[in-house]
Parts: sequence; C-alpha cells; structure tokens
Amino acid sequence: MAKKTLGPVRREFTPWEDTAAEPFIEFRNVTKRFGDFVAVDNLSLKIYEREFFALLGGSGCGKTTMMRMLAGFETPTSGQIFLDGQDLAGIPAFRRPSNMMFQSYALFPHMSVENNIAFGLKQDKLPKSEIDDRVAEMLRLTKLEQFAKRKPHQLSGGQRQRVALARSLAKRPKVLLLDEPLGALDRKLREETQFELMALQEDLKMTFLIVTHDQEEAMTVADRIAVMDQGQLVQVATPAEIYETPNSKFVANFIGDVNLIETKVVEASPSQTRLEAMMGGFLIETDQTTSARPGDTVWYAIRPEKVRVAKGKAEPGSVNAVNGPVWDIAYLGDVSIIHAKIGEGDFDTLKSTFANVTRVVEDPITWYDDVVLTFDRNAGVILDR
Amino acid sequence: MRSGPTWFNVTSLVLGFTFLYLPIVILVIFSFNESRLVTVWGGFSTKWYVELFKNKQLLDAAWVTLKVAFLSASIATVLGTMAALVLVRSGRFVGRSLFSGMIFAPLVMPEVILGLSLLLLFVAMDQARGFWTVMIAHTTFAMCYVAVVVQSRLVGFDKSIEEAAEDLGCPPVRSFFLITLPIIFPGVLAGWMLAFTLSLDDLVIASFTTGPGATTLPMKIYSQVRLGVTPEINAICTILVVLVTFGVIAASLASKRQELQRAHDERAAFGAN
Repeated sequence: MAKKTLGPVRREFTPWEDTAAEPFIEFRNVTKRFGDFVAVDNLSLKIYEREFFALLGGSGCGKTTMMRMLAGFETPTSGQIFLDGQDLAGIPAFRRPSNMMFQSYALFPHMSVENNIAFGLKQDKLPKSEIDDRVAEMLRLTKLEQFAKRKPHQLSGGQRQRVALARSLAKRPKVLLLDEPLGALDRKLREETQFELMALQEDLKMTFLIVTHDQEEAMTVADRIAVMDQGQLVQVATPAEIYETPNSKFVANFIGDVNLIETKVVEASPSQTRLEAMMGGFLIETDQTTSARPGDTVWYAIRPEKVRVAKGKAEPGSVNAVNGPVWDIAYLGDVSIIHAKIGEGDFDTLKSTFANVTRVVEDPITWYDDVVLTFDRNAGVILDR
Repeated sequence: MRSGPTWFNVTSLVLGFTFLYLPIVILVIFSFNESRLVTVWGGFSTKWYVELFKNKQLLDAAWVTLKVAFLSASIATVLGTMAALVLVRSGRFVGRSLFSGMIFAPLVMPEVILGLSLLLLFVAMDQARGFWTVMIAHTTFAMCYVAVVVQSRLVGFDKSIEEAAEDLGCPPVRSFFLITLPIIFPGVLAGWMLAFTLSLDDLVIASFTTGPGATTLPMKIYSQVRLGVTPEINAICTILVVLVTFGVIAASLASKRQELQRAHDERAAFGAN
C-alpha cells in the first residue's frame, strides 16, 4: 500500500526534515522594534538552500520587516541573521549577496529596460561582453527581448513586473527576495506568473523568499510557508500541513475556509477523543488525541469541503453528523457552498462546499430543505488555542 | 451648463490683463520713442537700443548681475538640494524643526531685515563688500526657495527606487548621482531657474550688501530712475521682458512636449499588450 501523506502531493525535496542539513538562511532570536512597536518578536527561523519559502501574514505582522532585515534595509534591534554561514550584521545592503524584487517594482524610470537589468552587473564592474550576455539571457528568460530599448513608463504592468524580476535575477543572487511581487497584477496574469516563478526557481536552482498576504499565492509557489502574526511565527510547515493540520485557530482561519466548532471534551482516551459541540449539541468522535481533560473547551476545525451534505435527517444518537435547514446557498460555478443552520443562534451554521461535478442536478437542494451534514472520523482537527 | 463668456468672466479677464500687462505694454511702447521725454510720444525709433549698447555702465551692471545670478543660483541649488534631502530623508533628528524653520525663514522674512542682518554680518567679519558679498547674500536667500521646490519633488519620490539601486550593489553616494539626481532633476532645474530669477531682480538685499564696483542692474536702473527715467531704461527693461517671456514660453513648451510624448508612449505600451 502506498504511503499516506497530507494532501494529494508528495514532495521529493524536504531538507527541513533532515536534522543534519545546514540552514542557508537563519534568523536567530531576531527582534525588531520601531519605537514602542515590536515588529518582529524574538523570532528564529531556518530556511534551506533551493527552498521556495513564503512568509505569509496580514499587514503589520512583521513579514516585510523580516525581508528588509535580510536585505539590509533595517537593522535588527537584537539577534542575528546568517546567510550561507555568514553573519550579516554590519554588512550594508549594497554588499549583501541577496537581491530583492520590490512591491512597487522600483524600476529606474530614466533608464531603458536593458539598462535597468544591467545596472547591478555594472556595479560589479563586469566586462561589457559579459554584461551584454547576461542581459540578453535575462531578456530571453523573461520574454522581454522586444522591449529592451523601452523605458519603464512605456510598458504595461505585467511587463514592468518582468523587468523587475529580470533585474533582481541578473546578478544571480544567493537568495532572491520577493516582496509581494504579484500584488499589482490582475488575477489571471498573477496565476500564470506564479507558475512561471516556480519554473524559474526550479531552473535556476536558487533560494527564493517571498513575502505575501495572499494565501493562495503562498500555497501555490512555496515549498514551506511561515504564517506570521504580531511579529511571531505561528506555524512553519508545508502548504498541505498548514491546511490540513493547522496548529491554531488563527492559522485555520487565515488559510482557506474553515468551520470552527466550539466543543466540550466528553472523553479523552489515548485511542480516541469525543467532543460535544456547543451549537447543535451533536457528538464528534475522532482518533486524534488531545491533552485537554473532559469538561475542557476546545475547538474542532473542519474544512467545508470535508463536510458532506445530503437531504434528510440524522439518525438519533449518530456521531459526526448533524442536521438542520439550509440557510444560505452560494453557487460559484465550480463549487457550491451551503450553510446549514444547526443551532439556535444567528451564526450557528455549518458550511459545506462541494464540487459541481455534473451540469444537471436532479432534485437539487434548496433553501429551508432539511439536510444532514456528515464527516469522517479524521476529517477535522482539535485545536486548543 | 452654459459655456462661453459671461459679462462677469469678460470683466475679470479684462481687468486682470489690464492690471498685469498695461504697465509693461506702455514700457515696451515707450522704449521705441524717438523723443528724449519719457512721457511724450515723438515717433518710432530704435535709437535708444543703439544708445544702450554704447552705455558701458549699464552693460557692466548687466554683466555683474548675470554673474551674480549664475553663481548664486548654482551654489544655492547645491545647498538647497542638500537641505531638502536632509529634511525629507533623514527622518527625525535633534534640531530638525529648528533647521526646517531656519531654512524657510527667509521666505517670510522682510528683505530689508535680511539685507541688514547680512550687512551687519559682513561688517562684523570685516569683509570688504562687493561682488562676493552680494553673491553670498543672494545664495543665502535663494537657497530656501530651491529647498522648497526640491523638497516637493522629493516627497513624491518612491524611496524604494534608491533601495533597489543599493540592493543591486550601488553604494549610497553613487546611487544618489546615478538614480536620485536624474529623477529629481526637473525639480532641481526649476529651483535653479527660480534662484536665478530672484537674484536677477533683487534690489534690496543687493543694495545692503554691495560695495564699490559691484553695482547690479536693478540697482543701476533704480539709481538712474531717481535722476529721471531715460528711454534707455525702457529699452533695457524691454529686453529683459522679452528674455523672460521667451524663457517662460520655452519652458512651458518643453514640459508640454514631454507630457505629449509620455501620453503617446503610454498608448503605445498598452497597444502592445
């Protein structure tokens, strides 16, 4: 039988599981304060060579500060940052072996595309022929050959984004820093560019560090994601681990859609846990164990797509099942979302999403239908924070 | 909405133009007056322009003025740009508000007081007054205008462009000359032109700080007018008006052209998608 993993993707590249592996980038107890505001709070993080690593969080969570400290634009209040074994303290931005792609692209408006790309190479005083070769290679890589002589204001947003990428890659930095690189692109272009970035990272065998607030973007491109909140790492794991086994309500809520059910522990044995939902009063049984004791309040997080919905009523006394009337339906084309009201309160609803695999549905669910919502024993996770 | 002229619009326009330009028009007309009397029309002539170019004193004064204006504008541009950079970029530092107040004080300070204080300074320093003292005095007050103009340009400047240059291996000083200066150059140039013009027509401060052999054109004109206006003065003023008019028109045409070019480029870019 094949090995079971979280999510449908098996990864070949997992240096973080190798305890002997040397980190390529390391933040060691880094704190950054701006006046009274603590942007990064005693944070330690290891990133490995050739990893595509994402820092994910809402605005003001400290993710951009982390990147700017690595690039040399901010100095940590305390702690150390290492890149490829070298302590970066005291090294100014212009001597650091990392390059950054800025959120605003920060193209030099008075220079043509090729001069923008060549700028960093000229600073290294490379011979002209080598600069020309490298610029030509970057133009080809980013499909910008025909725009080489243009100025940035003669380009569209997507083209500017590619110039910024080419410019930051031209020096073949040890690590490429991407600060919300796709924020200004429209959705279609953004999705395309995400896959281009992944292919590029694979080809160039470089370490990429991306800062983003867009969880879909982080999930798409990254090998590992660090979810940040208030200057701290909440969880560092692969996209599948973050999605399937969030370690807190914050992560469960931040990544994707989730039903967070407040429950009381009924039984906490080494083989299984039984919970009673506060809303609807139904019983949840899971093989997961918890350190909480009977009577404690914990949260049961279950993704809507793992909740099945069917017309009918739950058998009395059944577990992992609850019924109620349909309160709301959203048809999104590819999927539909159903909210069933399972408790007394206005917000006591449970969400279920399902793929619309057929075009024509006989006897579809409609508003105020009685439905039964069921889920597997191990469909959700118990969260105690 | 009804467009086209209303009686109110027409009246304001006529009044505005009259107040602004009637004196200048009269001056230009009388510069071509045949008669020696400034207020009596004696027929058309260009003889006062010929006279003007024979008047060594006036020409000397014009030459001094241009030299002072050029030098003081150039130095004021360097100092003013530096001051603007400090004010916009350095964030908070001890004495920032004092510094910013000092920079902008000459904008609101009466010229007489500025001139007098500079005179006292030069006297206290036992400095012989002449060309250099006028130049320094003009630099002092022109610098704050440059600082204001450049500062407004710097405020809209995306700092990440400089950071990008540094990130690509360019040390800060070089990145200023390679990146920042070319981008803020229109502001710096505008500051220089403003400083040049201010120096060109300053009378009060120059009178306080000048000495023998360094009479500027405004001072010369003023002292001659006290002895009676000659048509020569009208002629030189007409030349100044023409020069300034050409300057203004050239500058506005250039910026208009740049705007059109930019709009054209942008259309081309979006058409290429």
